[in-house]
Amino acid sequence: MSAPALQDAAASPPRAARRIDAALVALILGAVILWFAPVGMGRYGTYVLSLWLVMSIGVMGLNLTLGYAGQTSLAQAAFMGLGAYATAILTTKFGVSWYAAFGISGLLTFAVGLLLGFPALRVRTHYLAFVTLAFSTLVWLVLRNEQWLTGGTFGISNINRPEFFGIKLFGALEFHRFVVVVTLILSLALWWLIRSPWGRAFTALRENPVRAASLGIDTRAYTLLAFAIGSAYGGFAGALYAPLVEFIDPSPFALSQSFSLLLMVVAGGAGYLFGPFIGALLGVVLPEWLRFAGSLYLILFAAIVLALLVVCPQGVSGLAERGWNVLRRKSGGAR
Amino acid sequence: MAEFIAYLIAGIATGAIYALAAIGFTLVWQTSQTINFAQGEFVMLPAVLILLAVKLFGLPLWAGGLIGIAVFLLIFGAGFKLVVVDPMIKHGVLPLAIATMALSIIMKEGAKDGFSAEAQSFPSLVPTDMVNLLGISISLQHLAIIVVAFAAIGLLQWFVGGTKLGRQMQATAQNPTVARILGIPVERMVLLTFLLNAALAVVASLLISPIYLAKFSNGETIGLFAFIAAIVGGFNQVRGALVGGILIGVADSLAAAYISTQYRLAVPLVLLVAIILVKPEGLMGRKEERRV
Repeated sequence: MSAPALQDAAASPPRAARRIDAALVALILGAVILWFAPVGMGRYGTYVLSLWLVMSIGVMGLNLTLGYAGQTSLAQAAFMGLGAYATAILTTKFGVSWYAAFGISGLLTFAVGLLLGFPALRVRTHYLAFVTLAFSTLVWLVLRNEQWLTGGTFGISNINRPEFFGIKLFGALEFHRFVVVVTLILSLALWWLIRSPWGRAFTALRENPVRAASLGIDTRAYTLLAFAIGSAYGGFAGALYAPLVEFIDPSPFALSQSFSLLLMVVAGGAGYLFGPFIGALLGVVLPEWLRFAGSLYLILFAAIVLALLVVCPQGVSGLAERGWNVLRRKSGGAR
Repeated sequence: MAEFIAYLIAGIATGAIYALAAIGFTLVWQTSQTINFAQGEFVMLPAVLILLAVKLFGLPLWAGGLIGIAVFLLIFGAGFKLVVVDPMIKHGVLPLAIATMALSIIMKEGAKDGFSAEAQSFPSLVPTDMVNLLGISISLQHLAIIVVAFAAIGLLQWFVGGTKLGRQMQATAQNPTVARILGIPVERMVLLTFLLNAALAVVASLLISPIYLAKFSNGETIGLFAFIAAIVGGFNQVRGALVGGILIGVADSLAAAYISTQYRLAVPLVLLVAIILVKPEGLMGRKEERRV
């Protein structure tokens, strides 16, 4: 998998700076568009847009783990579940404010990520996949069986949406705008992280772990950190998911959902900043619009990802980049 | 005590089935670096295909069985290798692993939409009576499963170790470059491994479906247990997969009986984490040397 970050590094400094600014401008512009987008879309349309952003946050975290650090995590949906349940339980049963619950969800999933990753990464890279696979199933079992805490299969309902300095965000539109702001903040944080020396180290690990190690990068520590931060993004996504849907049960956090999230990373383009948004668009929004297709859509989605993996493992972002390069070369030749 | 032995035998029976799936998983990993996350669906699907052939064409069971098995071997033995693995292996292990996840979703949802969302009964090949042996009542079905599964594994071991073709396959798994230099048709050997994997999945499917019924979602648990068995036993060894499979089956059966039916799934998972912490190369595995 090629990575735009590496190409940035290879380019001359002013050009790299320009490209990064383009990413920043695109993020902010996207947020402004999404702020106004739901006008006239109705409650359901607005809900789907918000869901898209919330899932994008979860996919973004997994993109850091898979696309930048080159590790497979099969527990991103479980981390979303931890975040969603932590937020739901803290806000409904203990009256904790949503903001505190959001922070706690992130910290909790970060800590669990460290705990899981530490033993798994001691061995070989594939083992993180297996450990997270086991963890995912364990989380699902606990969510389903510990009825006193999680409500079992009945789940938790009446999850309140937060307030913002006294403004209640109960309406679909108000909450959507809140989600836009949180998504923007989390995207900017990730954008900054990937540009920082840490982010460069993550990419170095993925491209050539042996070389990265010989350059003095503590590969295990960096891989662990990338996985833990990616997991924390899952927790953040869950903390937004619970008040968005206002009802949670174990099913959206099962293992198969973790598989789907991975497919979304790959479909959008692993290692691309905007890949997760494209991936979540294909994996979450399109099936909502194509409801009549039912679970046939899931088959189609998986088949598309399979075809993409054969033709262009860099996903839709990679295809777009290829197309862009071809266009540029053509226009350059004409001149 | 009698009860304990009955649970033990039930555990060995299901464990032998997990071992079949785990051995296929290990074989495919060895020869082509494919981590097949669809392994559980590979065991789920043959039974579904057989029932589908019977239903669609109104065939007797044996004819439907032959068609179902042939279709499965063709698509998920040879087809899987040629269409999914071959074009993708050059991109590396990770994209291929993700591709098998996509495949697992296609197989699962395909079985749900194309066949049935409900569990369907699958005929047992042996009588399901109980026999009384020294005061212990044992299910004939469990005994038959143990016999068939072990016969299949024995046959495989003989093939791999005792025939020329099997030895060529082994050489391919150990060192494809040297095998090619020695004139072994490496590509054909890899294809053979995929066919063997599919055949093992068919045997596992025929054995497990009479007990757990034929249902699209069965692959999740079977696949999970097959991975755990392969890792617990040692990722690189057929012998290890066998030991791991039996261990997982017994642990699961005893956990369901004596600990908690709700958390029976958790016991093999804990076993997995413990193994990764203490002896990551697996019970029967050797430490791998690092290949740069």
